[in-house]
Amino acid sequence: MLSKSQARSFFLGGTVVTFMIFIGLTIYSMAPSNDQSNHENITEGVIRGKHLWETNNCMGCHTLLGEGGYYAPELTKVIDRKGEGMIRAILQSPVPWQPNGRKMVAYGMSDADADAMIEFFKWIGEIDLNGFDRVVSPLAKDRVPRQEED
Amino acid sequence: MKYKSQKVAYWFFALCMLLFALQIVYGFIMGFARIGMDGLHEFIPFNTARAVHTNLLVVWLLTGFMGAAYYIIPEEAQRELVSVKWAYIQLISLALVGVVAIVGYHFNHWEGRKFLEIPRELDYLVVANVLLFLGIILATLYKGKRRTTTALVLTMGLVFAALLYLPGMIWFDSQVTDSFFRWWVVHLWVEGVWELIMGGILAFLLIKITGIDREIIEKWLYVIVGLTFLSGILGTGHHYYYIGVNKIWLIVGGVFSALEPLAFLAMALFAVYMYRKGGRNHPNKLALFWTIGAAIVSFIGAGLLGFAHTLPQTNIYTHGTLVTAMHGHYAFWGAYAMIVLAIISYSLPNMTGRKRYDHVNGHMAFWFSNIGILGMVVAMGVAGVVQVYLERRLKMDFMVAQEEVKIHFVVMLLCAALFTLGIAMYIYEFIKHGKPTDEALEET
Ligand code: HEM
Ligand code: HEM
Ligand SMILES: [Fe+2]
Repeated sequence: MLSKSQARSFFLGGTVVTFMIFIGLTIYSMAPSNDQSNHENITEGVIRGKHLWETNNCMGCHTLLGEGGYYAPELTKVIDRKGEGMIRAILQSPVPWQPNGRKMVAYGMSDADADAMIEFFKWIGEIDLNGFDRVVSPLAKDRVPRQEED
Repeated sequence: MKYKSQKVAYWFFALCMLLFALQIVYGFIMGFARIGMDGLHEFIPFNTARAVHTNLLVVWLLTGFMGAAYYIIPEEAQRELVSVKWAYIQLISLALVGVVAIVGYHFNHWEGRKFLEIPRELDYLVVANVLLFLGIILATLYKGKRRTTTALVLTMGLVFAALLYLPGMIWFDSQVTDSFFRWWVVHLWVEGVWELIMGGILAFLLIKITGIDREIIEKWLYVIVGLTFLSGILGTGHHYYYIGVNKIWLIVGGVFSALEPLAFLAMALFAVYMYRKGGRNHPNKLALFWTIGAAIVSFIGAGLLGFAHTLPQTNIYTHGTLVTAMHGHYAFWGAYAMIVLAIISYSLPNMTGRKRYDHVNGHMAFWFSNIGILGMVVAMGVAGVVQVYLERRLKMDFMVAQEEVKIHFVVMLLCAALFTLGIAMYIYEFIKHGKPTDEALEET
């Protein structure tokens, strides 16, 4: 039968080995040659957009890259779906946007802030998501042929 | 033999009860918003309610773990806590930081990073608070008469949990990298080090309740936490499938996260087997219910329901939908909420001297809350599957699909009412136990 010290070795050994592999894989996937996010395209505007995304906790309702709240639509490909003009209107609206009865917070953003958000969404939209982007939201380009068929 | 300083635990548990009650209130705010009743939108929009709901959850669970440690460590180390005064200071400062954070969420003061919404400047206070807590625990262990495996695993879990908070405080310009390291906190907590804490509390309770030899229980404890880390560390990859990092995680995350349920299965089998084998007939039946219940429900909520969406082929459809919310509720409930309620149920009569352990209220609290949350989880699960089908297979618009699943949230709210009744009875029983006394602790 297994002894207590063998059980302890199993615990310590397994932990150390898997943790080392985990660190190794982290370094591997953070390597610039394996970048899928177009890291070089992160401009001041994108960073400002990310900052606005965080300080307003947009993730409290929306998902982005599939992470966040489930109360409001996924925003990964939002530029593709709605277009810049619409997004700008929603962000700058002084009254809550509520297309289907569900309300968004009225942010009344300045032009500069709305620009930054759009830059951020554009950068997000270009990331290679290993195929998820084609599933996650009804993309304009996926839907058009379907509607034409009707 | 008990120790007077264990009384500190009572006040941590009392704070747990308060925060848990508040958590449920904010859950209802979101539930009602989802069926179109969002009258509070001006003051408490959904994102505020969500941040408060999930942060209160994490804080009351951590408060419960700390209370558990203050109760368990003196008994395991066979000496009083090194300082009771500092333990109270730690409790009060923890409550203060929590209140400031929660109030801030109502005034758009936060960091919108799911589960880590606490603003960076408060993070430093959290770190200071946790260091104080760890200082008291480690010093007590160090000066204690014995160092048991149970105490060691529990303490290791707490120390690692503190260390893993740090990657979440680093600043990144890229949303992808930010998210990558956010999971070092969120995933490696719930599917890693918190399981050590759970395992430590579970082992302590099983030793006390079943009377089985410590050596046997602790041997299996090592096996369980071994399985946890073996699968859970590389299992982090199941959050890296679709966030914009290398495809290697599809394989690594898929294989190792699929093994994660083994640790929970081992925990459930272990608890049930030890209970069957145990000769002692401990009078505190409620503690037994919550203990065995935690081991079984965590296997269902974390193990089975986690497995249901962990393979990349499934996760591509379910990632970021109500299926995730369904799993989140049952996993957190079974593994962590129930184990905290178990240690409270066990320790309360010992600290207060009131042996209410077989009171019918306590049993009703157990069954109402468990049946209630199971109903909530089923309702959310149905909503999730319908959402996935309509939105991701049929490519319907988000809000069109949401309208379709509204009805399931009505059912969810009804079940939530039953759940809340159960928790209200639990809190009522908590209050009825009265305050802790030195005499009670000396007697047991
Ligand atoms: C007690 C243990 C666990 C708890 C408390 C827990 C809780 C959660 C929570 C709250 C989320 C949502 C995270 C977010 O989107 O920010 C989540 C996601 C997830 N969990 Fe767990 N979990 C546990 C164990 C497991 C296990 C053992 C597995 C796998 C076998 C698993 C598989 C998953 C997967 C695949 C996701 C991602 C869902 C998505 O892509 O949206 N979980 N879990
Ligand atoms: C009356 C009881 C409750 C109600 C009505 C409720 C309702 C909700 C709602 C509506 C959400 C947001 C889902 C979304 O983003 O659309 C949520 C999130 C969450 N709740 Fe609850 N909840 C309740 C109790 C609990 C309990 C007892 C726990 C833990 C044991 C819990 C853990 C969570 C977690 C972890 C999340 C985040 C899930 C995720 O992001 O995947 N809730 N809850
Ligand atoms: Fe995970």
